[in-house]
Amino acid sequence: MIKIVKRDQPSRAIFFFTPVLAIFLTLVAGGLIFFILGFKPFEALKFFFIVPIADKYGFSELLLKATPLCLIAIGLSFCFKSNNWNIGAEGQLTFGAIVSGGVALLFYEQEGFYILPIVILAGAIGGMLYASIPAILKTYFNTNEILVSLMLVYVSKLILDYLVVGPWSNPEGFNFPETRQFSDSAKLPLLFEGLRIHAGIFLALAAVVISWFVFYKTYLGFQMKVSGFSLKTAKYAGYKGKKMIILVFLISGACAGLAGVGEITGPIGQLHREISPDYGFTAIIVAFLGRLHPVGIIFASLVVAITYLGAETAQIFMQIPKYTGQVFQGMILFFLLASDYLLFFKIKFIGSKK
Amino acid sequence: MIIDINFIGLIIASIMASAVPLILASCGELITERSGVLNLGVEGMMIIGAISGFALMTVTGSLIIAIFGAMLAGVLISTIFAFLTQTLITNHVATGLALTIFGIGISAMIGKNFVGIPGKEFPVLFEGLKDTIPLLGPILFGHSIVFYFAFALPFITSYFLKKTKIGLIVRAVGDSPESASNQGINVRLVRYACILYGGAMSGLAGAYLSMIYTPQWIENMTGGRGWIALALVVFSTWNPIKILIGAMIFGGLTIIQFHMQAIGVRIPVQFLTALPYIVTIIVLVVISRDSRKIRLSTPSSLGKSFHKDN
Repeated sequence: MIKIVKRDQPSRAIFFFTPVLAIFLTLVAGGLIFFILGFKPFEALKFFFIVPIADKYGFSELLLKATPLCLIAIGLSFCFKSNNWNIGAEGQLTFGAIVSGGVALLFYEQEGFYILPIVILAGAIGGMLYASIPAILKTYFNTNEILVSLMLVYVSKLILDYLVVGPWSNPEGFNFPETRQFSDSAKLPLLFEGLRIHAGIFLALAAVVISWFVFYKTYLGFQMKVSGFSLKTAKYAGYKGKKMIILVFLISGACAGLAGVGEITGPIGQLHREISPDYGFTAIIVAFLGRLHPVGIIFASLVVAITYLGAETAQIFMQIPKYTGQVFQGMILFFLLASDYLLFFKIKFIGSKK
Repeated sequence: MIIDINFIGLIIASIMASAVPLILASCGELITERSGVLNLGVEGMMIIGAISGFALMTVTGSLIIAIFGAMLAGVLISTIFAFLTQTLITNHVATGLALTIFGIGISAMIGKNFVGIPGKEFPVLFEGLKDTIPLLGPILFGHSIVFYFAFALPFITSYFLKKTKIGLIVRAVGDSPESASNQGINVRLVRYACILYGGAMSGLAGAYLSMIYTPQWIENMTGGRGWIALALVVFSTWNPIKILIGAMIFGGLTIIQFHMQAIGVRIPVQFLTALPYIVTIIVLVVISRDSRKIRLSTPSSLGKSFHKDN
């Protein structure tokens, strides 16, 4: 007989075990889906999860995709920890890219060591500005931040579209929807010859370290934690709720904006229509899978980055539709949330007595 | 330019047609939210409905099977959400997001083989009466059955919530699950039912898009309508009749955008496309400013999990 018993306290071991369980269950369910679609499940999974990162180039691509995911997820964890549902990181990424791209274009064909820092800073500020909209509307007008931040994603993509087709399009570009190439001083340097991985990864690592420090060593981190557990308690403790809400949104906007900088000043070096394959949305999954913990997020961003690469590889070699990546991402979150049940409840197997 | 009175009628009719998916999905979500459950997966359920409807129509050739199949697909996918949030007591927001991401992925996967296939003509009712009354003729007649259903739905929903016993139970569960439970109501069962109903309506909304409104399958063809439907529920302050007004406003914005382009108004097309989203934000701000009113009309337990210890 099976009996479900409520735990007195959430289990800490299980807290870190369930993400692994979720990934395992996703693989099993994914294999099943491949089987139903008429592919050999093991071969498909191999092409999905092993082949893409089997060589040096693949590994560099993995880090390239994990970088924005990690950066955005770190930012989001500030929001999610404190019960603020910023789901518009994709928009903040896009707007950050627009602002930093605009600044980079101002320095067209100019060189100088000071250009790159200004371009990076511009991206962070752009992301912050864009994140401040849902934050201010939430704090001062009581408006639902989920819907506002999401609507702004669509708006930002249309602004980008307008700029690269219209006023910012390359005058010598034969009407392609893209801007001129940024000057070399406005680009994040590539780390290795022939690989696309760029210095943006250091921004992500810096974000990891800083966020760890803020979460576990500062008063702000403590306030966020309390607000996350119970808004009532936070109010009772006299925390300045509004200030904190705006601050966490600004932090997460800055991170998303920086991810946008990485996408346009990295290997591409110009603004164009599709700068992000929904990194902003996928990063939500990364944040949860990483348990809103900086180190967890590093691992989670690597795991989820594989789904991007795997989808591309599986499409090329097995004609598996590339959207399988998104299906995997959705499933990971489903299984993660489901296995959280084990945090609060114990399943006991009781031998049947006669 | 000569403006024919029937032309105005046609514009109003096209605004109504573009409001249909919003009304259907919003009315479904409204019931779900009235029971205390926030399902952010509307966009995902809608797109699943869109592909299921279109695929079933192409494969079976039957419009009836396709419409009901799309609703069933909405029910099936919302069952995942119901099981997670109600049985495994997961967070509503995160689960809804997962549902949307999953739904968009699955729909594109299934839809791969249906891109570029032309849709079928969907039969319209009272076609012959269109020219009998000026202005009102094109507005009232010559639409699909789903169209008429959508415009009746807010009134049915309102009647259901206010006048029927089951409607009262749904509201009780949403406003105070503890007291409802003490009265012997099975809170979990009621919420399951409301979630599945929301799934069916979102599925129907999607099927309307892919089978009637623009009869073809395009990836991501819901294009954020699921999210606007969610915003409409807030806009309506959980009152089904106001959903009708909101959906007409948003439908109007979509249609005006086409006509402004046609007349040659020199506004960038991207700005016009962004208009519904921007207006949604502005409307949300205006509605939510009065926090007292919002608190009074919001189902008290919205988005909060309820677990009865056995």
